[in-house]
Amino acid sequence: MAQYEAVIGLEVHVELKTGTKIFCPSSTEFGAAPNHHVCPVCLGLPGVLPVINRKVVEYAIKAALALNCRIAPYSKFDRKNYYYPDLPKNYQISQYDLPIAANGYLEIEVNGRAKRIGITRVHMEEDAGKLVHQGSISTTPYSLVDYNRTGVPLIEIVSEPDMRTPEEAAAYLEKLKAIIQYTGVSDCKMQEGSLRCDANVSVRPAGQTGLGTKTEIKNMNSFKALQRALQYEIERQIDLLEQGEQVVQETRTWDEDRGVTLSLRSKEEAHDYRYFPEPDLVPMVISEEWVNEIRSTLPELPDRRKQRFVRDYGLPAYDAAVLTSTRELADYFERCVELYNHPKTVSNWVMGDLSRMMNATGTEIGDVCIRPEQLAGMLQLLDKGTISGKIAKTVFEEMFRTGKDPEAIVKEKGLVQISDQAVIEKVVEEVIANNTKSVEDYLSGKERALGFLVGQVMKATKGKANPGLVNKLLREKLGK
Amino acid sequence: MQLYHMTAHRLQQMLAKGEISAEELCRSVFQRIDEVEEKIRAYITLDRENALQQAKAVDKARRAGEQLPPLAGIPVAVKDNICTKGLRTTCASKILYNYVPPYDATVMELLHDAQMVLLGKTNMDEFAMGSSCENSGFYPTCNPWDTDRVPGGSSGGSAAAVAAGEAVLALGSDTGGSIRLPAAYCGVVGMKPTYGAVSRYGLVAYASSLDQIGPFARDVTDCALMLNVICGHDPRDSTSVPYDKPDYRTFLTGEIKGMKIGVPREYMGEGIDSAVREIINKAVRVFTDLGAEVEETSLPHSDYALPAYYLIAPAEASSNLARYDGVRYGYRADKSEDVVDMFKKTRSEGFGPEVKRRIMLGTYALSAGYYDAYYNKALKVRTLIKRDFDRALEKYDLLLAPTAPGTAFKRGEKVDDPLQMYMVDICTLAVNLAGIPAISVPAGNVSGLPVGMQLMGKPFGEGEILRAAYAFEQCSGICCQLPD
Amino acid sequence: MISIKEVEHVALLARLELSEEEKEVYTKQLSDILEHARKLQDLDTEGVPPTAHVLPLQNVFREDRVGEHLDIEDVLSNAPEREGDFFKVPRIV
Repeated sequence: MAQYEAVIGLEVHVELKTGTKIFCPSSTEFGAAPNHHVCPVCLGLPGVLPVINRKVVEYAIKAALALNCRIAPYSKFDRKNYYYPDLPKNYQISQYDLPIAANGYLEIEVNGRAKRIGITRVHMEEDAGKLVHQGSISTTPYSLVDYNRTGVPLIEIVSEPDMRTPEEAAAYLEKLKAIIQYTGVSDCKMQEGSLRCDANVSVRPAGQTGLGTKTEIKNMNSFKALQRALQYEIERQIDLLEQGEQVVQETRTWDEDRGVTLSLRSKEEAHDYRYFPEPDLVPMVISEEWVNEIRSTLPELPDRRKQRFVRDYGLPAYDAAVLTSTRELADYFERCVELYNHPKTVSNWVMGDLSRMMNATGTEIGDVCIRPEQLAGMLQLLDKGTISGKIAKTVFEEMFRTGKDPEAIVKEKGLVQISDQAVIEKVVEEVIANNTKSVEDYLSGKERALGFLVGQVMKATKGKANPGLVNKLLREKLGK
Repeated sequence: MQLYHMTAHRLQQMLAKGEISAEELCRSVFQRIDEVEEKIRAYITLDRENALQQAKAVDKARRAGEQLPPLAGIPVAVKDNICTKGLRTTCASKILYNYVPPYDATVMELLHDAQMVLLGKTNMDEFAMGSSCENSGFYPTCNPWDTDRVPGGSSGGSAAAVAAGEAVLALGSDTGGSIRLPAAYCGVVGMKPTYGAVSRYGLVAYASSLDQIGPFARDVTDCALMLNVICGHDPRDSTSVPYDKPDYRTFLTGEIKGMKIGVPREYMGEGIDSAVREIINKAVRVFTDLGAEVEETSLPHSDYALPAYYLIAPAEASSNLARYDGVRYGYRADKSEDVVDMFKKTRSEGFGPEVKRRIMLGTYALSAGYYDAYYNKALKVRTLIKRDFDRALEKYDLLLAPTAPGTAFKRGEKVDDPLQMYMVDICTLAVNLAGIPAISVPAGNVSGLPVGMQLMGKPFGEGEILRAAYAFEQCSGICCQLPD
Repeated sequence: MISIKEVEHVALLARLELSEEEKEVYTKQLSDILEHARKLQDLDTEGVPPTAHVLPLQNVFREDRVGEHLDIEDVLSNAPEREGDFFKVPRIV
């Protein structure tokens, strides 16, 4: 295994979040009834013509700039010809030899090592429709076609074969997703299909510079699937070579359930896309002014923001990286810090309890119902001593569930910390009276027994007693 | 003279004065259709009820004193590759035998705005691929001058309808001569406007970079009136050019003194019938008499237009016609094993031989290993052909040539030899490759069959073309000769 | 110029099913046409740019505004086969 090296390149499709399709005014909204978001143009009726949505070009340029690409001064659309029932014209309007942008890169970090991954090109194209079958595509007697998605704008981002491990590929995809999301041109939701990824993989003996025969892997619908599929495919290819066999250049599909890649060769016809310039569209000449105008709308991107978080908030690099992994999370964090100026404390809560609960409930940051004002408010209650650290966790969970204000929760549930000496004194006396064994242990020098007694007091006050005060009173009563 | 044989501009005056009603006119044309359609077969679909209703609506509006557009109430026929909402549009193909578009082509909206009366949809070569109307998937159209002969193609139905009195005006489409050739063969006026002058939205594509909709008319004035209706920018067609559309009637002055006209010698060579050449030479003398300066010139790459065209057009067609697969509309073969099988059977049963031939040719020209040798080479030659025209039209206002090398040929004469059939278009193809406008006007007869003269102009020079054509028509008196 | 094998391959790419007779006829006819097209090779086109468009147009765009969708019945009224609001096609593989 060690003497082989994998070479991985990714082709990523991203759906752009425009209001209308790339070549017609039909809505791109997700989730409409089948075939309800179509017009003669995206349905490919005889006689229709495409007209380019300006916003698609703007969004593509914006994404490409965020990926450090060079924007082509002259670009055009081409037709890619192939037959498939989800493709109404049986050709896809795409870009072939003059894509909108090329020669970019992004930076990844794996195991503390930074690496630059090259981006070959970014081009615009139209999406295809969806096939619906009962059960599996290979056993269903017929398929149903929904053309709502046809013509939804896509950009395809093709990387250089710069990645060497599945971890690097996943890091690249994570970073790409973060950058695109930051620009606001796409949601990049893998489960809704607005981010899709194919991989080209080959292996070669370590130290060799030439490339081995590659396969193309499709149908990886999550980050986990990407890593598993690549891992499997790399091992499969190495096994082949070890056994003196050859890797066949082909397209393979990832079978999630079985955890294997499968050849699509049998179903594939000889591929010959017969690209030629789309005669129904005229070329695009992208001026420097236009590019600069779009550049000026770019937000601060993840790498830059991460550096700022370390510099301005004094956060550890790890915190900064996690917090800037999505624009929403970073925005959330910064809003909290604006209201409660202890960045590390906020970071701990966001990366700790908040992340834990988001993961446990499958909630996205955009859907979290604790507003930054509420989180800051809770932290202030903690500082003031109104609630204890332990209570704070209870309050936080309640806030996460209900979205209520921390003050209201504390009041409603009677969670205010008991700092009244007389009340605590009474409980302390009761605990001492009822736990003579522990008291003796403590008095005979077993410091640990005090902890038990404190716990008993807390239990009796349902955790509301001020722990400092309990400690102090216990020690006083026990005469030490 | 019967109403159905009159020009639109004359009928327009009679309508305006109340001498006739649009309904009368419409009935007259349908009566003529009933008389001759059996012999001519110009139409695929007639829309009698709606036509009469439209005509009545125009009459009603006129009685109410409304200001009406110039061609209100004039009956018009439309080639069956132009989409008509709610009215079957077949492209004369079995594969679209039952297709009813849910939308109107932009030119149809313009005809409706002009309150013209749509008579029906005319026959054509399947998907506009052909020069004789024999490639219709339904039946061939006959030439009204001699029903044993072809009307020319591909817009043969529209040309024959106007010539036979089955329509006053008509629309066709021209990709390599498909308006001008049938206009010449049927003895009517036909014009291919500049590429980008008329919206292609709703024109079922054959070869997108060459297709253009244009009018058929009985004289140059009618042609100008029809251009006034259909020309103009359309935001739904990215290749539609924004330009200030003139009133084309203003060019019909009869005055062409000092106009410079070039006659490319490549269009008057051996491939052209001597009788046709003679007629063109006569026409040249008419222009000289009118005070134009006519001289011989050259378009050196003319011989390469045919091979370039027959790579570029089929290449685009192979892609444009990929959508006819039996999934969303039109014909579907039954009993298919799977979707690929269904695609293949549907297309093989649905398309006629010429369409399949061009799809095959175009697919080949674009396929891996042949793109540069064929398709891209043809695009480069297209540049050379365009430069020929640019250069010539810098020196001359117009170029004059025959529309076709001969007169209408007999049905069946060329069907077995595609290359011979393609040769019929040698005078018209280059104009489409260059994107310039050109008209065919009747210039005389040979053995009772009409001969067309072609005038080619600068991009968006339709006005100058009409000016010259009108002057010729007035001076020569050759026009409006219609067969019985 | 073009072999029967190439004709078969092109037919597959174009999703056409040809009879043996058609294959022969097309092989002959396409060869004739391509033979004629060889004429183009005589021309020196070194340095000549290809013309895919005769128009001087560029940057023709529309704004990102939602327009009318087709009524579902208009979408499906021409469909050879439908199920509910879907188009129905035979098995894919």
